[in-house]
Amino acid sequence: MQTKALAILVIDENTLRASIIEAGLRAAGHENVTVLHEVIGVAREIERVQPDVIVIDLENPNRDMLESMFQLSRSVRRPIAMFVDRSDDGMIEAAVDAGVSAYVVDGLRQERVKPILDMAISRFNAFSRMARELEEARTELESRKIVDRAKAILMKSRGMSEDEAYKLLRKTAMNQNRKISDIAQSLIVAAGLLEG
Amino acid sequence: MRDFPEITIGFIPLLDSAVVIAAVEKGFVSDENIVAHLVRESSWANIRDRIAVGHFQAAHMLAPMPISSNLGLSPLSVPLIAPMALGLGGNAVTVSNALFAAMEGEGCSGDLDPATAGAALKSVIAKRRATGADGPRFAVVHPFSGHNYELRYWLAACGIDPDRDVEIAIVPPPLMADAMRSGRVDGYCVGEPWNTIAVDQGIGRIVTVKARIWRNSPEKVLGVSRKWADDNRPVLEGLLRALYRAGEWCGKPENAAELASILSAPRWLGVEERLLLPALTDSLVVGPRTMIEVDDFFVLHQKAAAFPWQSHALWFYSQMVRWGHCNHSAHNVAIARDSYRPDIYRQALRPLFAPLPGANLKVEGALSAATPVGASNAGLVLGPDGFFDGRIFDPDMLDAYIASQRHVEN
Repeated sequence: MQTKALAILVIDENTLRASIIEAGLRAAGHENVTVLHEVIGVAREIERVQPDVIVIDLENPNRDMLESMFQLSRSVRRPIAMFVDRSDDGMIEAAVDAGVSAYVVDGLRQERVKPILDMAISRFNAFSRMARELEEARTELESRKIVDRAKAILMKSRGMSEDEAYKLLRKTAMNQNRKISDIAQSLIVAAGLLEG
Repeated sequence: MRDFPEITIGFIPLLDSAVVIAAVEKGFVSDENIVAHLVRESSWANIRDRIAVGHFQAAHMLAPMPISSNLGLSPLSVPLIAPMALGLGGNAVTVSNALFAAMEGEGCSGDLDPATAGAALKSVIAKRRATGADGPRFAVVHPFSGHNYELRYWLAACGIDPDRDVEIAIVPPPLMADAMRSGRVDGYCVGEPWNTIAVDQGIGRIVTVKARIWRNSPEKVLGVSRKWADDNRPVLEGLLRALYRAGEWCGKPENAAELASILSAPRWLGVEERLLLPALTDSLVVGPRTMIEVDDFFVLHQKAAAFPWQSHALWFYSQMVRWGHCNHSAHNVAIARDSYRPDIYRQALRPLFAPLPGANLKVEGALSAATPVGASNAGLVLGPDGFFDGRIFDPDMLDAYIASQRHVEN
């Protein structure tokens, strides 16, 4: 069955995520993909692209503006419904969980839109997983630095070996049911106050 | 801790989320053995979607939102109810310095009077049109908002057609001041602190306020999904009691400084205390070195501020019909009226012996002075509640009211 290629508009201020979604859509054979990183001038773009599907980041504070533009603007007279089908609760939930929202021109058949939304949802999830791992790696590096500083303070002020200093921090953390990095942070603050 | 019910409540960082935040911060929610998590949201669309998929059990909502959702006017509409209001008033209309200068030239004195400010604006628009220039561009936060409807009411009552003489765009509250600075909008109607912030940054001037357009008028409500309310009545009632007591605390003038300090925290509003205090003390800084006392600018507890009047729901409905957002029918009237649930409010507050109004609807604009009313207990005062143009909204005469507003009076 030969059907016209769907025009897809991706609005995402996060350029990295936008490019990941765009790459995924193109790899899946969607040629007509437009990416916008900011909403200024979006009315003109919508007029030009005439999108069948709009994918937008849920955290974008301009969602209210975009929705009203879809519904009211003189430049975009096309009826837009959110998501493929209101009865498809699972899809809506998965999208909102992933942080993506989609607007679909009313009357577009579900089987044409579903793969696009599946793709957007999985790419959003992959992106946030990546961002989380990056953040965890960063936090771990930070806390290792903090623990190193706390060890150095103990070694200097109490004449301990590095191993003894670490064991003391770990024991204190266990006794107080806190993280070693928290104990190390408190020690650094306290040492700073005493030096004052 | 025992197995206390947990709920998640969404809010938008605006001053009128105060009652919700104070209910958690001051321990009123935990007094009811409820564990509440607050989640700050970035758009009203997110509030709506997250209620719909069940991420939130309750939310700080625009007062017309449950009505528009129940009427199926927005995407992903689910049945919502408003069992409580979160205050009265709190909005203002701010215009750019350039537009204010033009309005001053047409007789606007800057005293917040809606009639003279509107007359001046009308003259400015007429002169601009004579030179072929476009009308001014205003912004509100959402199509189905108190802001949109009060701005339109004010303009129309002053002989300005909100659809023809001006443009009304949608801009999220935190971006309003930026939009004005960059010249993308000439004026806006928004909740605090975003008017005070424009004045503080020297880019705009407050020309009128919601409290002068329609005194003691509805603004935000607690919205919950009807299904969740039906399945969790005891939790909902506990939440309403917590919010009522939080409103009582927020409404005491001696608590204004502490409230401002709580709300200023980065996880709540993230706005300096000094920018929150004017609205909490009814003392607005409307322009450079110009402070105006506005009676009832933002009412958190007095005047039955938390009561979900069905006449408020019907007034919003009348404006939805007026501006072509929905069709008028007996069926739609019932949907709009029943979106507000004073019955649940009454039931929940019974154990507190709180003063309750005797009726579910009232004639809006009928009280020209503060009036003690026959409440179930002593101590309830309502009004004054007039519209600035002297019109009265009698919910029993809804058809006539809607018919009389078909046209903008010139």
